Amino acid sequence: MSTPTLLQAAKALLARDLRLLWRRRGDALQPALFALLVVLLFALALGGEPRALASVAPAVLWVAVLLAGLLSLDTLFRGDAEDGSLEQWILAPVPLAWLVAVRVFSHWLATGMPLILAVPLLGELLYLPHAQLPVLLASLALGTPLLSLLGAVVAALTVGMRRSGILVAMLALPLFVPVLIFGAGSVARSAQGQDPVGALLLLAAGLVLALVLAPLAAAAAIRIALN
Amino acid sequence: MSAETDPSPPLLAARALTFTRNDAPVFGPLDFAVAAGEALLVQGDNGAGKTSLLRVLAGLLHADSGEIQFDGKRARPDLRARVIAYLGHLPALKADLGTLENLHFLCGLQGRRVRQLPGNALAVVGLAGYEDTLARHLSAGQKKRLSLARLWLAPAPLWLLDEPYANLDLEGINLVNRMISAHLRDGGAALVTTHGAYAAPPVQTRMLLLERRA
Repeated sequence: MSTPTLLQAAKALLARDLRLLWRRRGDALQPALFALLVVLLFALALGGEPRALASVAPAVLWVAVLLAGLLSLDTLFRGDAEDGSLEQWILAPVPLAWLVAVRVFSHWLATGMPLILAVPLLGELLYLPHAQLPVLLASLALGTPLLSLLGAVVAALTVGMRRSGILVAMLALPLFVPVLIFGAGSVARSAQGQDPVGALLLLAAGLVLALVLAPLAAAAAIRIALN
Repeated sequence: MSAETDPSPPLLAARALTFTRNDAPVFGPLDFAVAAGEALLVQGDNGAGKTSLLRVLAGLLHADSGEIQFDGKRARPDLRARVIAYLGHLPALKADLGTLENLHFLCGLQGRRVRQLPGNALAVVGLAGYEDTLARHLSAGQKKRLSLARLWLAPAPLWLLDEPYANLDLEGINLVNRMISAHLRDGGAALVTTHGAYAAPPVQTRMLLLERRA
């Protein structure tokens, strides 16, 4: 073996990320715990009345997932920027955008997927009608990777700054709003008995577009940030 | 093809290379070449632009003007990645991973020389017995040695070493010199920055002296 192929490099990076995640599994649980907290507070604040809760449940779950994702955005590239790993990424014989894409995938595995798995339980807390659960899960399955990809561009843009907590949120929120509108909107439409497929298709189209463009944009932003 | 081409172009050639930061010139214009089997010692005081020069060559910074060639070909990112191994101030190590796990990842990312194994490289740099030690428990000198092991495994022929002697004990300085000598014997080349307080590698070296701009 001399130079690694795309797949070998991806495997090495993914294995390292997952191993690091396991070493710091307490930190890894934070997004899911945060979402649980938001949902619990909503349930308490709305007084536990099933009808009121059920009508806002999809929106609350979407907002909880979105905020939990926002919370973990700043860590996406920061650790690797501070210890010099990003320099070695740039010097690696595989495209930087590819490594960024792999990192976004491992970030989604660590934050998005646990949330999707937790949503059926969180839904019970909010009396989410069971008929809406499949649409909600479908919208989250399309929406959370899209959020991770959009967030990666913002995280890459701010990686050169020492502290960027609130700036990341300010930059990311306008990008996240359409995802929230179509994501929560698809569930709301299905609750009204209408067809949610249109909104889901738009989410899917956004995901495809972001899959292609976001890693390239984030890679360019990282190069600028390290310059 | 009638164009005049050097029979064996140097591994690295820089022509009229200049770099400015915030409109203040940092170095240049510089002209130099490093052939296979040669080491170029870049000397200069703190702030003379040694690190900037290495980062420009590595493609981490953009030169303002001038040209960089590897093997007689214009530097492009994919060519650069195959030719260069860079040892900077930041070790690129994950504190929560063991030494061997760190090496395995960096090899997966950058490739590995044939017939070289991460475990052997640890022995070469004097870290045998530390295979499972987390990087956070290593001393600064041991981290440097781990970075040297990464370099030892890298398939790239051109080493860019930014202050490789920093943090190392006498034996470690010897180790760097031995590694550079062996690398040059294998047909590699090295650029080594130093501010002159440490010993230079006992090989065929040329000097590039950078002076601080007033």
